[in-house]
Amino acid sequence: MRYLAIYIGTILRAINSLRKGMKLTGYYFTHHKEIVTHQYPENRKKMFIGDRFRGEVILTHDENNEHRCTGCSACEIACPNGTIRIISKFEIDPETQKKKKTIDEFVYHLGMCTFCNLCIVACPTDAIVMSKDFEHSMYDRKPLTKILNKRGSKLMKGVE
Amino acid sequence: MNANEEIQDLVEAHEEDFVINIGPQHPSTHGVLHLKVKLQGETVLDVQPHLGYIHRSIEKMCEASTYRNFIYLTSRMDYLSAHMNNQACSMAVEKGMALEIPERTKVIRILMSELTRLASHTLWWGALGLDLGATTPFFIGFRDREEIMDIFEESCGARLTMNYNVPGGVMYDIHPNFQKRVHTFLINFKKHLPEYDTLLTGNIIFQNRMKGVGKISAEDAISYGCSGPVARGSGVSCDIRKWFPYDGYEGAQFNEILETDGDCFSRYMVRVREMYESVKIIEQYIDAIPEGDFQAKTKAVLKLPKGEFYSRVETARGELGVYIISDGSMKPYRIKFRSPNFSNLSALKHMATGGKIGDLVAIMATLDLVIPDIDR
Repeated sequence: MRYLAIYIGTILRAINSLRKGMKLTGYYFTHHKEIVTHQYPENRKKMFIGDRFRGEVILTHDENNEHRCTGCSACEIACPNGTIRIISKFEIDPETQKKKKTIDEFVYHLGMCTFCNLCIVACPTDAIVMSKDFEHSMYDRKPLTKILNKRGSKLMKGVE
Repeated sequence: MNANEEIQDLVEAHEEDFVINIGPQHPSTHGVLHLKVKLQGETVLDVQPHLGYIHRSIEKMCEASTYRNFIYLTSRMDYLSAHMNNQACSMAVEKGMALEIPERTKVIRILMSELTRLASHTLWWGALGLDLGATTPFFIGFRDREEIMDIFEESCGARLTMNYNVPGGVMYDIHPNFQKRVHTFLINFKKHLPEYDTLLTGNIIFQNRMKGVGKISAEDAISYGCSGPVARGSGVSCDIRKWFPYDGYEGAQFNEILETDGDCFSRYMVRVREMYESVKIIEQYIDAIPEGDFQAKTKAVLKLPKGEFYSRVETARGELGVYIISDGSMKPYRIKFRSPNFSNLSALKHMATGGKIGDLVAIMATLDLVIPDIDR
């Protein structure tokens, strides 16, 4: 008899505790202001992305098609998985007639990048930054190997 | 006797017991854990974990990269406490170089660690509800975690694998919005914490599924090498933050949570009560971040002197140890990680044997396993 009383009591208390939980669920069901879910593809324009977000590495160019990369390979050495490869060439400066090292191609393998930010920290001239673009999915892996310097771009004056 | 007869004999000998495989792809194993479970009816006779499905040889990869480069890899071990993993590695390298880190860095590291702990425990709480068949906790847990992730995204640049710690300090100073956002988060989170108790802790059905299930005594917890909330649920005082304070935890005012029953419910209660303690630590430091540098000055190429260096931190799952042997060059000669999940998993057989198969899921949920940390 005592066992039965405990058994029924437990069922009643269980129903009561379920009611408490369902009350909370019901509260969120009826209060639409509490909804925190974002509808992803629709909210692209007003999406919050922090300033330091690591999307992909880009080489910044100004309006004269000039970049700040001197080809020092600090990022290439800092990268843990060989994502960056810099192919440099020697150009003769028209003013001083001296040989100068410049980049020919800044090759960036996005498919291998782990977004650890070590290359950005290593860069002495702040030439590369992380963009906020995060939608990287592709049907083919070839476009993931990128050449970051634009065609015909030059080294900015005053950057050593 | 031919082969068919042999099989027939084997089948007859084990007619009552049968073996089922849980995983490698199973929602309740939280990853690629493969459990070979021997059952008699519904009673578990034996549990055998099979590991190695997500082994990436992180230790070996670390030995091939320099002291500055290997740290990012460790956030792929226990991804839910990525910040603490990075901190442990940074601390081991700092110990080797005999580097003093600035006061500001210490406070930033504490704040980030405790936020990571909260993020990890909220996710665990949601996944625990999901494992036991309740869907609402998952959304409640993720709602609070999302706010922490946004804070990380703003200050560290990434949400999960942050790579915020570097030898000598942190990568960037905290974002100007950091303090404001943490304050907003604390107000919201303290308002939401009682909901956690309403939904699961106070629920009688939930309590009956957790109480007295998966018992482990303090002696067994020690001999299996359990640490973190699993050991503290059995009454073993093992909080590294209290016993061997690191990076400014000496001054933090908080209680070490201990429960004595050693069953699933006490492990659950340890984690829930730890969330309150983490909130307490964050409140203590958020308005008292000292001014100064966020990074000590280091050389471009780090070299450790010959010798052995060990550092340990308390992650969200237990004690993580990093052991570095240096031969004086740019790269570590050997690295060994003592991961908390591997030792916690070894206690699973002891906890589950004799119980029912439904309890196995509850035990695994309260062990809070992260499989990439077990395999590394």
